[in-house]
Amino acid sequence: MSDDSTGSVKFTRKDFQSDQEVRWCPGCGDYSVLTAVQLLLPDLDVAPENTVFISGIGCSSRFPYYMNTYGIHSIHGRAPAVATGVAIARPDLDVWVITGDGDALSIGGNHLIHTLRRNVNLTIILFNNQIYGLTKGQYSPTSEVGKVTKSSPLGSVDFPFNPLSVALGAEASFVARTHDMDRNHMTEMFRRAHDHRGAAFVEVYQNCNVFNDGAFAEITSRDSRESMLIELRHGEPVRFGENDSLCVVLNEYGEASVAKADEVEASRILVHDEKRRDPSVAFSLSRLAEHPTQPTPIGVFRAVERLVYDDELERQLAQASAERGPGNLAELVGSGATWEVSG
Amino acid sequence: MSAHTRDAPPNDAESLTRVVIRFAGDSGDGMQLTGDRFTDVSAIFGNDLVTLPNYPAEIRAPAGTIAGVSSFQVHISDHDITTPGDVPNVLVAMNPAALKANLGDLSSGATILVNTDAFVDRNLEKAGYDTNPLEDGSLDAYTIFEIPMTSITKKACEPLGVKPRDAERSKNYFALGLISWMYSRPTEPIVAWTEEKFAKKELVRDANIAAFKAGYNFGETAELFDHPFEISPAPLPAGHYRNVTGNIATTYGLIAGSQQARLPMVYASYPITPASDILHELSRHKNFGVRTMQAEDEIAAAGVAIGSSFAGQLGVTATSGPGVDLKGEALGLAISLELPLVIVNVQRGGPSTGLPTKTEQSDLMLAMYGRHGEAPMPVLAARSPSDCFDAAFEAVRIALKYRTPVMLLTDGYLANGSEPWLLPDVDTLPDISVPFTTEPNDGDEFLPYLRDPETLARPWAVPGTPGLMHRIGGLEKEDGTGNVNYDPDNHDHMCRVRAAKVAGIASDIPPLEVNGADGDELLVLSWGSTWGVVDAGVRRARTRGHNVAHAHLRYLNPFPENLGAVLSAHPKVLVPEMNLGQLSKLVRAEFLVDAQSLTQVRGVPFHAEEIETTILEMLDE
Ligand code: SF4
Repeated sequence: MSDDSTGSVKFTRKDFQSDQEVRWCPGCGDYSVLTAVQLLLPDLDVAPENTVFISGIGCSSRFPYYMNTYGIHSIHGRAPAVATGVAIARPDLDVWVITGDGDALSIGGNHLIHTLRRNVNLTIILFNNQIYGLTKGQYSPTSEVGKVTKSSPLGSVDFPFNPLSVALGAEASFVARTHDMDRNHMTEMFRRAHDHRGAAFVEVYQNCNVFNDGAFAEITSRDSRESMLIELRHGEPVRFGENDSLCVVLNEYGEASVAKADEVEASRILVHDEKRRDPSVAFSLSRLAEHPTQPTPIGVFRAVERLVYDDELERQLAQASAERGPGNLAELVGSGATWEVSG
Repeated sequence: MSAHTRDAPPNDAESLTRVVIRFAGDSGDGMQLTGDRFTDVSAIFGNDLVTLPNYPAEIRAPAGTIAGVSSFQVHISDHDITTPGDVPNVLVAMNPAALKANLGDLSSGATILVNTDAFVDRNLEKAGYDTNPLEDGSLDAYTIFEIPMTSITKKACEPLGVKPRDAERSKNYFALGLISWMYSRPTEPIVAWTEEKFAKKELVRDANIAAFKAGYNFGETAELFDHPFEISPAPLPAGHYRNVTGNIATTYGLIAGSQQARLPMVYASYPITPASDILHELSRHKNFGVRTMQAEDEIAAAGVAIGSSFAGQLGVTATSGPGVDLKGEALGLAISLELPLVIVNVQRGGPSTGLPTKTEQSDLMLAMYGRHGEAPMPVLAARSPSDCFDAAFEAVRIALKYRTPVMLLTDGYLANGSEPWLLPDVDTLPDISVPFTTEPNDGDEFLPYLRDPETLARPWAVPGTPGLMHRIGGLEKEDGTGNVNYDPDNHDHMCRVRAAKVAGIASDIPPLEVNGADGDELLVLSWGSTWGVVDAGVRRARTRGHNVAHAHLRYLNPFPENLGAVLSAHPKVLVPEMNLGQLSKLVRAEFLVDAQSLTQVRGVPFHAEEIETTILEMLDE
């Protein structure tokens, strides 16, 4: 913490680092997410004591231990529920949820979709490494069909979830994707998610170098990014590749596909609109790549405003107090028909 | 709030000291409303009373069948009573199925009022009668009053322009009017309630009131009945009273706890019978700062409550047995996090979905041990509908003071049953607030698991407090620092500390009271909702000249410090429970006493007579 010349307190990265030794495997993508968050938080101007990180179970869920904020490392899949409790009790706090693909989409799928649907004021970061790391390498609900793991020696026969499609289907008001190889992009996505009022969902493609190394390498490595990552920018035509030679178009059914920019009329190129109320186009974009081996959109897919659960709850409390006055216990217990017994 | 004056009973009324009336009909016949109204007016009249609602789990079980029968029993008296009555004196049977389903519970000589309009071939067949019991002599042992309730109701509603099909729905009000006349109830409170309840549905309101009056007048003018009966008010302790169900009293106890702790409550739960009324009621009292949330499932409800406690509010969740199964992992987390949390378990028949609308006490072991690992949790049980208020308040007090989840056990019988409640003077409720930690507790450092040497509770530092940022979780932690720690000795130590913290609560609760004397040959030890019948059964044995003592446990974990001494002061111990012997196992294991079990899981409370008989048998041995 330091005082700048104006006298207001400025936080630094150090203020958000706990004294606990970070214990992910060397080379794990989790480190870069942690760094991005720790570098971003001082910029958000929220004091460490007003920041809460809630996680479930899994490698990424160790995250709160490394943050010098308030935090709970809770139970498998339940972080959105615990975080909802913090958020509705204390609207003054900044509440973050750290989760993974197994935590959020398998055992905790129910809590994730309902938290998004309710639009609780939370920032949810889902580390998607398409594998169970902590339990040493079983296929996860985002692993591709055919994946050979310890629990699927003949290849997985589970069809995977697309996390963004799930979030959009669950009425999420803010949906974004980023990856662990680009700190600036991560930081930007986390900042946007934080600033969004309501439930903000960010999927991070995260490399598990021990059990699923290189799962995203075909799109996130330095030399493939230009041709494989499609950066969505609000209000701009969706173009990518060398000299923006590629673009995204929608067909008559609203399905998104990649085209060569010089082969389509400029007016057919999709102009990205994250504020579109109807999530259909965002949904099409979320499904543009079937696997992270094909050109894949990243950025903010959707950012719309709608009623926020915690705000509405507060409003009802205020309304009840305004209409009926603060609660009076004696009146409450003595409500309804009463009678007197004299001694 | 309104206090009603009593109408003077008719001059020719015969005095009774008590009566047990059971209203029975199809689940669509409005028997619960009828029973509720009769109960309320009897309470206002000043009788002591205890009720026993009984209804099917299906919202609309097939009409006219035995499975679809819904009933409401109420015991009213001119003296202090504690049970809904073993055997009804009067049965109101709105259809053949209601007669068939309840006849077995009556003793010969009982009065039965039947709605003859419903005794047609189709209904008789649905109820499984080959012949009409009103005609075949099978009811000769009873006093039968045959009354065409449906047709009189229709006729009474005719002038109002109510369609006959709609008018038929008011026949429960006819029965209510008739019974109100028979037992000299004042009419005004029922009329006033009905006017308010159906204010927006004028025709329904008018039809109900017309049917009610028709029933009342029928009693007076029809020559069926010699005279009405009268049951004088009971000499209850002086004060202000209302009638209350266990679920409502639980709600008020929680709100009182939150107020006296000066902590807003966050209540999260998932709809489940028979606990949902707590959610309904709390949702109506947001002006007490109560945030209610209908969560997506039982697990989320527990998670939300834990999150709010971490954030510095009073986290509460309520459910019934199946929900406790689901919450088990979250309760373990709360035990490990050492945060306050109240879990109300309104027990019902199990296992699995079991008997959702029937009562049982079979979750005691679940409350005690239903979590993996060494996961001790204080457990309390309420003994009567109004006692749920005190029990809920006490659960809040313990949860806050010891930073622990506390399970409060009630059950379906307490939840839906009601009794007169001498309103507590809320100004005398204790202050149960606990201070948050706001300063470092170890030099410049804050150690989240540095315990209070007396209570062993850890400090409660809530988000927003500068300098006390800390992370806690379900992984084992080092005592003091709270840092993740896998050291074997530390884990052994932590398990013992958590156990010692809960065990230590024994010094903070009242000793077990014994109704009786040391040396009485038999002690009856009860817990939860069996209090009333056990008390009645013990009283009966005493009037026969036997020395029997009764002790009732509110605290199941930890037990009161003197329980061992109480047990050993009596040569014989009887433990009646609506399960297959859970408390008896606990006391046998803990105190090496040869406690005998009396058990049943029929979904309804014991009869006082069963308790009495077992006492006499044990004394004979
Ligand atoms: S197992 Fe994978 S995800 Fe977990 S810490 Fe190691 S590299 Fe990271």
